[in-house]
Amino acid sequence: MKLTDFPDSRGHFGPYGGIFVAETLMAALEELRIEYDRARNDPAFMAEFEYELKHYVGRPSPVYHACRLSDAYGGAQIYLKREDLNHTGAHKINNTIGQALLARRMGKKRVIAETGAGQHGVASATVAARYGMECIVYMGAEDVARQAPNVYRMKLLGATVVPVSSGSKTLKDALNEAMRDWVTNVESTFYILGTAAGPHPYPMLVRDFQCVIGRECLQQMPELAGRQPDAVIACVGGGSNAIGIFHPYIPHENVRLIGVEAGGDGIASGRHAAPLSAGSPGVLHGFRSYLMQDENGQIIETHSVSAGLDYPGVGPEHSWLKDAGRAEYVPINDDEALAAFHDLCRYEGIIPALESSHAVAQAKKLAPTLKKDQIILVNLSGRGDKDINTVAKLSGITL
Amino acid sequence: MSRIGPTFAALKAQNKKALIPFITAGDPGRGMTVPLMHALVEAGVDLIELGVPFSDPMADGPVIQRASERALANKVGLKDVLAMVAEFRKSNDATPVVLMGYANPVERMGYAQFAAAAKAAGVDGVLTVDIPPEESTGVADVFKAAGLDPIFLLSPTTPESRVAQVAQAAGGFVYYVSLKGVTGSASLDTDEVSRKVAMVRHHCGLPVGVGFGIRDAASAEAVARIADAVVVGSRIVNEIETAPEGEAVNRVKMLVQDLRRGVDAASR
Repeated sequence: MKLTDFPDSRGHFGPYGGIFVAETLMAALEELRIEYDRARNDPAFMAEFEYELKHYVGRPSPVYHACRLSDAYGGAQIYLKREDLNHTGAHKINNTIGQALLARRMGKKRVIAETGAGQHGVASATVAARYGMECIVYMGAEDVARQAPNVYRMKLLGATVVPVSSGSKTLKDALNEAMRDWVTNVESTFYILGTAAGPHPYPMLVRDFQCVIGRECLQQMPELAGRQPDAVIACVGGGSNAIGIFHPYIPHENVRLIGVEAGGDGIASGRHAAPLSAGSPGVLHGFRSYLMQDENGQIIETHSVSAGLDYPGVGPEHSWLKDAGRAEYVPINDDEALAAFHDLCRYEGIIPALESSHAVAQAKKLAPTLKKDQIILVNLSGRGDKDINTVAKLSGITL
Repeated sequence: MSRIGPTFAALKAQNKKALIPFITAGDPGRGMTVPLMHALVEAGVDLIELGVPFSDPMADGPVIQRASERALANKVGLKDVLAMVAEFRKSNDATPVVLMGYANPVERMGYAQFAAAAKAAGVDGVLTVDIPPEESTGVADVFKAAGLDPIFLLSPTTPESRVAQVAQAAGGFVYYVSLKGVTGSASLDTDEVSRKVAMVRHHCGLPVGVGFGIRDAASAEAVARIADAVVVGSRIVNEIETAPEGEAVNRVKMLVQDLRRGVDAASR
């Protein structure tokens, strides 16, 4: 089997992925698997998905040659895939449109979602408004506090935001609560999972909906730069923007694929969210993958300046690509990400999301080691408007 | 050999139904679990489900989540739970003990290593909530080879076509979760449960336990009329949570004696 043929029919990427959920959800996941299989082979469904991406999201998103940033970093040419220019300001909408169309096809009028930074919550609330569905978003109480503008956006869009106060009060706990809601309301409710993780078929279908990013790049790079990049860099929390840009490049063996995890205060500090760099395989949230865990198999609290990367697991396909040696995964610390955030603001007039700033920071490290005619493609997965309060606070400024 | 099969056989011979309580190991304190287990036996239970604390109990409602958090605050891990069972076994060699928890602590220890350690400690069965039969290839066999019964859940959403498949992998008994939702959810519809249990029996020769939504002697009696075993979790954990300092053992004992009267009333 080729790397791109995974997952297998039961959702496994080698030892990773699978369906590790309580019995109550098994039938719902099977129903979703069957319906998604029909949908992706239905030209009418795919045509509507593409129509929405073009006319509602504003795709294709451009690829942009960041000349001044490239000069400043002193090496390879840096190109940015501008997912920040999508409607709602991030790549998340690609997936929520796909899943909302599936929900409608399955006759579900109530959708639920979990969110960390609030980007997936906003993207879910947006599509729920667009298709006339009830929307409940679960969000860790700590994230509700640090992402207040996104909480208000979701409310404006008609969604109900439920703060989750259990555990570490962040994304993983929001995911637990969304799963609990789904177990309870399984017949009426569609769970719009926000990243390429969770039980099969989610890692596969989220990847498929996000692959539009990489497919566009495959076409855009030769047009703009005359060839494909030498390296593709993307940040990895759950890993949906990364798998979306990586996956179409997997067969292009000369293209390095580099995933960037949240190094937080540094791997040595233990305060980070980098399971691929410093974790070990385990089972959480319905799938097997690398995890942040202690010697008793309890999940460890994570830390990142970026709420969207603050997650102790990672999508199973990334674990698989790591073990297969097809992709590399590296940590970027909070301070490095912040420096890159400011670089992009000042050199290019683009305020990036703190998540995406991790990818830019890795480009900053890699570029000087490459020649001037080499190319790095960075997935700029989201814009940073949501993060200005966080950045201001870290700079000692009150807005 | 597990103690579960003989226990159910003995009950059947006496025309009795099993009462199965659930408590979380390490809640409310490290030293409380073994005394609570003995108190449960004194109050008349037939089998004990012992919860292994986990940081992310996805299938549990707030009551059992909080119990898990209290146990983790007491630094109770899987190895400690096994030590508690071994301690319990020093003075009780009869009552079956089933560990109930999530995959990751077991995965971290290693399935074969866990199975051997659990058997040595005196565990009889294992229910890993988030390992359905589809993912248990190898795991269930490892448990069975070690003499542990792999317990599986069935739910109102389980299609009839799947029941036989689950029964194939299962040992000891099957656990029918009588409601959709997490542990500790609202009340149950006994007519619906009765129909489902009849369907399960058609495909599965193992005893059928029913849990979720059982709160008192009356609901225990209603379920005992239908099932081979009545499983009570959140109601007992709630009693432990709300008991005044030092009163947990007595409160649990009184509650369980009442549940026992309910279960036995069904056999009269």
